[in-house]
Amino acid sequence: MSVPSLSTSTKRVEPHPTLVLGVLSLAWLVAYNIIEPLANWVAFSLLGLERGSHLGEAVAFFLYDVPKLLLLLSGMIFVITIIRSFFSPEQTRAFLGGKREGVGNVLAASLGVVTPFCSCSAVPLFIGFVESGIPLGVTFSFLVAAPLVNEVALVMLFGLFGWKVALLYMVSGLIIAVLAGVIIGRLKLERYVEDFVWQIKIGKEALDISKPAWPQRLKLGWQSTKEIVGKVWLYVIVGIAVGAGIHGYVPESALVEIMGKDSWWSIPAAVGLGVPLYSNAAGVMPIVSALMEKGAALGTVLAFMMAVVGLSLPEMLILRRVLKPQLIGIFIAVVAIGITLTGYLFNWLI
Amino acid sequence: MLNIKVLGSGCANCKKLEASVRKVVANQGLEAEVEKVTDYAEIMKWNVLSTPGLVVNDKVVSTGRIPSESEIKNWLNF
Repeated sequence: MSVPSLSTSTKRVEPHPTLVLGVLSLAWLVAYNIIEPLANWVAFSLLGLERGSHLGEAVAFFLYDVPKLLLLLSGMIFVITIIRSFFSPEQTRAFLGGKREGVGNVLAASLGVVTPFCSCSAVPLFIGFVESGIPLGVTFSFLVAAPLVNEVALVMLFGLFGWKVALLYMVSGLIIAVLAGVIIGRLKLERYVEDFVWQIKIGKEALDISKPAWPQRLKLGWQSTKEIVGKVWLYVIVGIAVGAGIHGYVPESALVEIMGKDSWWSIPAAVGLGVPLYSNAAGVMPIVSALMEKGAALGTVLAFMMAVVGLSLPEMLILRRVLKPQLIGIFIAVVAIGITLTGYLFNWLI
Repeated sequence: MLNIKVLGSGCANCKKLEASVRKVVANQGLEAEVEKVTDYAEIMKWNVLSTPGLVVNDKVVSTGRIPSESEIKNWLNF
């Protein structure tokens, strides 16, 4: 996609952004609707594999799932980035100022989902929030929700399990963030914030940054789609290839005993395994979806994924600059317990 | 002379922004001092919550994203 240049000296004629967007959306829809027949045609007609055979089913599964998930990822990340371009951490802070505990936690968790956030700027965000008087617990609701309700994970769940599971993931992520923030707020842990944070004086200058115009929003959407899909596409393909292998070859219910509903220890084990594995939601998901098909329980799988995206080592290392180890420990413990309980709840409900 | 500050501590996007700023300065033949600000106390003076931030002559022009080179050019040639 091209974007009109801001400089007036350029003579290049740029197509209208609406036109570009329309053409791209149409192409996306057409592509999304032909991949299934196309995958079947390639697997069973072109390659001449037998329908119902292990190899044939595995190849068709792979050929359909790879383009489907990549299309879903690019389309939805584009839309999500555009939605997020209407929010900013500065606005969110202004909005959260003066809100009571409780209401503040719910708002902070919800805004954590839609506000553009990179764990690399977690430190200025944290300092800016607490220094402007937002309670510690409310700040934590934001910091838990922002990575936990992860857009890549959301899209992968939607693509692999449907909208109900995706919604369940989002809602439970929000609830964990609200409750974790309320608990941390109640524990009065301000003393475990590094002392220098309370000494920093933030500028009083109101930021006067012009809102991006539509062409810039589209460009932003395009950039982040390229960046995120560029980062995860290989994991998606490898993950689906492994998943396709399991799909075609691992016997039904081989995993029921290990990852099924009746093994209570599988959830804490999944969380413990997920915490050190960060930022690979995209690659992990297709594998776990295939595992689930063979008998692993949904709650166990969701808990695993939440642990992967919600608690990451790099983010903890960044937050360590403003939080003392005790508070980092409490933060990890509260979120990990929340995820574990969510896992049990899902296994019990479904 | 222009004074340009790139606010941000060690994030990948901060380095990219600094590189594009230096490129625009060189291409336009501007006389400018480009500083990288990594100290949090210093960054917070600008009230910036999302890095990278870009400050031109003591005014914050952008936060939390990498502006295009044409945008940067506009800010530097006001």
